[in-house]
Amino acid sequence: MRPGAGTTLLLVLRRELLLGFRRPDQVVQPLVFFLIVTTLFPLGLSVQLSLLREMAPGVLWVAALLSSLLSLEGLFKSDADDGTLEQLVLSGQGLYVIVVAKTLAHWLVSGAALLLVSPLVATALAIPWAAFPVMFLSLGLGTLTLSWLGAIGAGLTVSLKRGNVLLSLIVLPLAMPLLIFGAGATDRAIAGTNALGALYLLGALCVLTCTLAPFAAAAALKVTME
Amino acid sequence: MSSAAGLSVESVHVWRGDRHVLKGVSFELGVGELLQVSGPNGSGKTTLLRVLTGLLRPERGRVVWQGREIGAAPLDYQHALAYASHEPALKSDLTALENLRFLVGLKRRVSLDELHGALQRTGVGHCADLPARVLSAGQRRRVAMARVLAVQAPLWLLDEPYTNLDTAGSEVLSGLLGAHAAAGGSALVVAHHDLDVGHPVRRLGLM
Repeated sequence: MRPGAGTTLLLVLRRELLLGFRRPDQVVQPLVFFLIVTTLFPLGLSVQLSLLREMAPGVLWVAALLSSLLSLEGLFKSDADDGTLEQLVLSGQGLYVIVVAKTLAHWLVSGAALLLVSPLVATALAIPWAAFPVMFLSLGLGTLTLSWLGAIGAGLTVSLKRGNVLLSLIVLPLAMPLLIFGAGATDRAIAGTNALGALYLLGALCVLTCTLAPFAAAAALKVTME
Repeated sequence: MSSAAGLSVESVHVWRGDRHVLKGVSFELGVGELLQVSGPNGSGKTTLLRVLTGLLRPERGRVVWQGREIGAAPLDYQHALAYASHEPALKSDLTALENLRFLVGLKRRVSLDELHGALQRTGVGHCADLPARVLSAGQRRRVAMARVLAVQAPLWLLDEPYTNLDTAGSEVLSGLLGAHAAAGGSALVVAHHDLDVGHPVRRLGLM
């Protein structure tokens, strides 16, 4: 009997998480990068709390974007290298479901993991406790959206030998709205004003990309496989 | 007519850049038939296989499976298909069994016993719980063969499946091909030496 979309989703998720578990270095490296980059700023800037607080949302978000990018290249590349990507494309399951599952798994081991260490970074950047809920929410939505956008870029660059630079050039311009609204929301939360507007926009971007990006990524994969 | 039940390829042309790789390839592969594709390196054997899987679209010509062009219902066609490329398509960090469980599981609901059985039939039952990374090239090839077997698809497309196999492995593979054809399956095999599978094999030479 042919497995349905739900089974496929669980199967791919399970496999990706298992692979992440077997290769913890690939999960941990972007996190360490995130921690180090954000720690460099307080060291390089003056130790004035007020200045640090003003810079904090931007620093936090730029570091989050860059560290998510680090792991994006491997999204389809490792499967393309060992021939499993062809098998996935020919699995009879439709590439849409597979792309959705792979991207969700990518977010779980990169974005969600980043959320877990973000309190540490936020404390180092002197972000007040009161701003943590908004920071969590905005980072969660932002990294998830970035994973969807990144899936398109990863699909387009999968057949290139050194595609990571091109991948950044494709994804980062698309991620600018995320940076603006994400850092904006965190900024407002730090200032103690209402951050809902920016959060709504982030949510809208997330919904938009999670419905459309898998189509684009699947099409990109099919073209690059030829 | 055999074409209604099997695979029918009608004057397929493929260009790669300026190179005319497939120059009007035509053949029919009926139920219970084996076809061996051979030809010198660079003659387009792998390209032909990729066209047959639907990964590559031919510039001219068409590929028809059971009376329908393969692009018309790609998912149905993919379910009838078991493809083994040059690469064994194994994740080196997963065990042989986990690899099969995932790849076969996408095609059909399969029990662990069936997968163990398939691994045993290709002679790598003892490697089930070893990560693919530690397997030899020949063992990986056997695991890939177990995958093709476990998918239980009517059409097999195998790209040089005899590579890296020892004598015993080659005999096992030939036995599986013969049994597949005898059970009404079709297979297209890229191989450089003449197949001896205890079943008539037609040949297609590419130039």
